[in-house]
Amino acid sequence: MRLMKIACCLLALTASGKTLLQQPPAQEMSRLNPYAALLQQAQAGHKLFLRECASCHGRRAEGTGRVPALASPTVKQAPAGAIFWVLRNGSLRHGMPSFAHLPEQQRWQIVTYLKALK
Amino acid sequence: MLAGEGPFFVTYTHQMEEPGNLEIALKNTTGKPVDGNRFLGVTTEFEYGVRAWWTTELYVEGQSTNHDSTLFTGYRWENRFRVLEHEHWINPVLYLEFENINGADRSLLEVVGHDSQDDLTGLNATTRREKEREIEAKLILSSYVRGWTIAENFIAEKNVRHEPFEFGYAVGVSRPLALAARPADCAFCPENFQAGLELYGGLGTHRNLGLAGTSHYVAPTLAWALPNGPTLMVSPGFGLTGQSAGFLLRFGVSYEIAQFGRMWRKRS
Repeated sequence: MRLMKIACCLLALTASGKTLLQQPPAQEMSRLNPYAALLQQAQAGHKLFLRECASCHGRRAEGTGRVPALASPTVKQAPAGAIFWVLRNGSLRHGMPSFAHLPEQQRWQIVTYLKALK
Repeated sequence: MLAGEGPFFVTYTHQMEEPGNLEIALKNTTGKPVDGNRFLGVTTEFEYGVRAWWTTELYVEGQSTNHDSTLFTGYRWENRFRVLEHEHWINPVLYLEFENINGADRSLLEVVGHDSQDDLTGLNATTRREKEREIEAKLILSSYVRGWTIAENFIAEKNVRHEPFEFGYAVGVSRPLALAARPADCAFCPENFQAGLELYGGLGTHRNLGLAGTSHYVAPTLAWALPNGPTLMVSPGFGLTGQSAGFLLRFGVSYEIAQFGRMWRKRS
């Protein structure tokens, strides 16, 4: 059953031809992170990550079960605007909730933390 | 994280419970109608994220009235469905609820029709005999604009046995005290607090639609999310019309168990 679910997810991904981080419109992708590479903002982002994201993605962003790791080259190389867009919109089909209830500043702080992950 | 409804007690936003998470909340309402005794309505709420687009919730309710009695008043089962996949300026959520409560209920989770403070004055022994099996639907619209949460709810309720459709509304605005988080862990960081204001009331029935003879309340709200812990909420509400109770104090606490669904599946 579990294998079937994974297969379905992969199928859906291949059918759309795009990963979640490739879906945002170009305009959103090109948005710049106002907190890029600022250590204090990354620390604040870490605090927010533990509160909002760690229960699914793991405390070290290593991923859990079918939930993907965020400490990964894919996230590292993705445009900051794309991660920000995913945080705002989520993906209801893939079980990723929207975090639009967080103010923009806090979402950028999470993006800063994710980009700083090794 | 802060409860699904932000700092609100009555108004819903389009924020859904995260899939697999279980939030347990205790919400209390106390007030004293002009011709009645002080009451305390207690609601225990279990909210579960079934899917990213579907949240289900069970409420168990009771109340205690001074110089009267303490009793269980019934339960509600609600479901919220997010309609649109992405965030928009206005985000709709459909809400469907079945209530099986009695006339002694004092939870005041919504105000509809011609609800008034007179409904809060009867003796428990009498009012508990009045069965209220109702279907309630809400259209929830909400937006997040520059750190502000703005939500509007339109309510339609129908007793399944008799009585006309009753209508009501709830609107709310809220904002965290700080938009950016501080780097250090702190209980009193301003981003942990959300302040807001909600306005709610009845709009009559389909036979007698309008504001005449209806109750309305305005209520400032404050929520405080403790780091890695519960969220505390308080909201003093003020009646705006002669039919409204003069003052209602709501207070509550909620706690979210992250990935409860996964833990449950692992155990079984």
